[in-house]
Amino acid sequence: MNDLRDLYEEVILDHNRNPRNYPRRPERTNHSAHGFNPVCGDEFFVHLHVDGDGIIRDIGFDGAGCAISTASASLMTEALKNKPVADAERLFHEVHQLLTEERQVGGPGEFLGKLTVLTGVKEYPMRVKCATLAWHTMRAALQDDSETVCTE
Amino acid sequence: MSQAPDAAPRPTANMFDVEAVRAEFPILAQEVNGRPLVYLDNGATSQKPRRVIDAIRRYYESDNANVHRGLHALSGRATDAFEGARDTVRAFLNAADRREIVFVRGATEGLNLVAQGWVRPRLGPDDEIVVTTMEHHSNIVPWQLVCRQTGARLRVVPIHDDGTLDMEAFAGLLNERTKVVAVAHVSNALGTINPVREIIAMAHDVGAVTVLDGAQAAPHGAVDVQALDCDFYVFSSHKCYGPSGMGVLWGRAERLDEAEPYQGGGDMIRTVSFEESTWNDLPYKFEAGTPNIAGAIGLGAAIEFVTALGMDAIAAYEHEVLEYATEALGEMGGIRIIGTAPEKAGIVSFVVDGVHPHDVGTIADQNGVAIRAGHHCAMPLMRRYRVPATSRASLALYNTRADIDALVAGLHKVKEIFDR
Repeated sequence: MNDLRDLYEEVILDHNRNPRNYPRRPERTNHSAHGFNPVCGDEFFVHLHVDGDGIIRDIGFDGAGCAISTASASLMTEALKNKPVADAERLFHEVHQLLTEERQVGGPGEFLGKLTVLTGVKEYPMRVKCATLAWHTMRAALQDDSETVCTE
Repeated sequence: MSQAPDAAPRPTANMFDVEAVRAEFPILAQEVNGRPLVYLDNGATSQKPRRVIDAIRRYYESDNANVHRGLHALSGRATDAFEGARDTVRAFLNAADRREIVFVRGATEGLNLVAQGWVRPRLGPDDEIVVTTMEHHSNIVPWQLVCRQTGARLRVVPIHDDGTLDMEAFAGLLNERTKVVAVAHVSNALGTINPVREIIAMAHDVGAVTVLDGAQAAPHGAVDVQALDCDFYVFSSHKCYGPSGMGVLWGRAERLDEAEPYQGGGDMIRTVSFEESTWNDLPYKFEAGTPNIAGAIGLGAAIEFVTALGMDAIAAYEHEVLEYATEALGEMGGIRIIGTAPEKAGIVSFVVDGVHPHDVGTIADQNGVAIRAGHHCAMPLMRRYRVPATSRASLALYNTRADIDALVAGLHKVKEIFDR
């Protein structure tokens, strides 16, 4: 039996209880996308303000979901603020790998920082789609993809 | 299940030996995540007793052949078993005639068959179809499709906060334009047992045809289609201890005769030429192609199983466990039960304060308890209660008070994790 405390880490519970940058649509938002997992009902909008130098100056989200999807979205907004768009892309891939692949976390060049609290989700394959929803939605926003994102 | 209990003494749960029943279900004897499996997701699908599994295996091991066409021994045996299952289903629903039992893929296909075969050719732009807020998507979308095809209008009966139908509003919706009233016998997401006799009588008063979705009703209590006096009744095998991919549409013979075939193919025709084809008799007119033979045989075995236990005894037993569950969840605090109608079948939908149903579902699963978390294919109903989803424990005849205790222990774990 997996230890539920690895899934429901203190940091995750905290971000679920008090999501950062939520519910918020930055005033100068210039990229937005909609993510929706219809079977779960998890639904988020991710909003970003990217400046002329390709820096994510502000980011916020709204919507509602389970603890895992909400905490992942909240942590994501913290991690991406004031980062170049290229870093967002890199983090997207690292989070994806963290959640779906066997790999060591914390090796050289690790970028993830606080996001490693999501590691526990890997042991719950049915919940990976929860943790990835906000990330896919963020990526769709940066690509100006107007299709609703779904990770089910 | 037919409300208005008669003067006859109600069977009590004492007559019901649940341990003997549990022994019939091989799947229950396993551990999940290191705990004994507690299966409380019967509203989604029920487990299968050994005799159902054996009946299917026996068919494939010794009788497998196509039905209605061979002259050889196996085909004869397969046809006898397949048609025998139809007789079993006829008795189960107390239908007047075996020709009224149409084998379909499930309740969903039964509803689509009625919508396309009987309703669509008769519906015009001025007509109305009435459903309720608590319907499963399968009793909403087929009617939306017909409305789109014909220009007819879908009307929706609202519900009260406790999950009972607003019968006054229903009366107000009925008029001479109402052609169809399609209602769940039991709500899959709330457990409400609808006052279907009254609904059917009121619908007939305005000349509407009545369609009952019995998916959550047929496995849990006696259904008598003649006493109900409805026009169509559907249920699924897999929720009734039978195999998946199998279901039943009962239709009054007169209505089925009026209906157009739903699908064309072998078995449903009498003669075929390139100029014109003619249809087979009931029920074969609606059974195009090689049917789910093993499915029918398995369903027959499942119905024999529940019938031998007694549908009234099953209903009484499940009701006792439901009351135990309702009380136990109520005592916990911080849990809101969605659906508190006075007449309920064994379904408890609930929301834990401050915790999303999926987190509840994962934590329960870690305790070996299988419950459903989601919208239960009833999105309009979730919107009515302003929740994105609920957790749902749905009972079957093998569930015990100990199962409910395990659920409650799981919910305490939820609180422990989320309150820390």
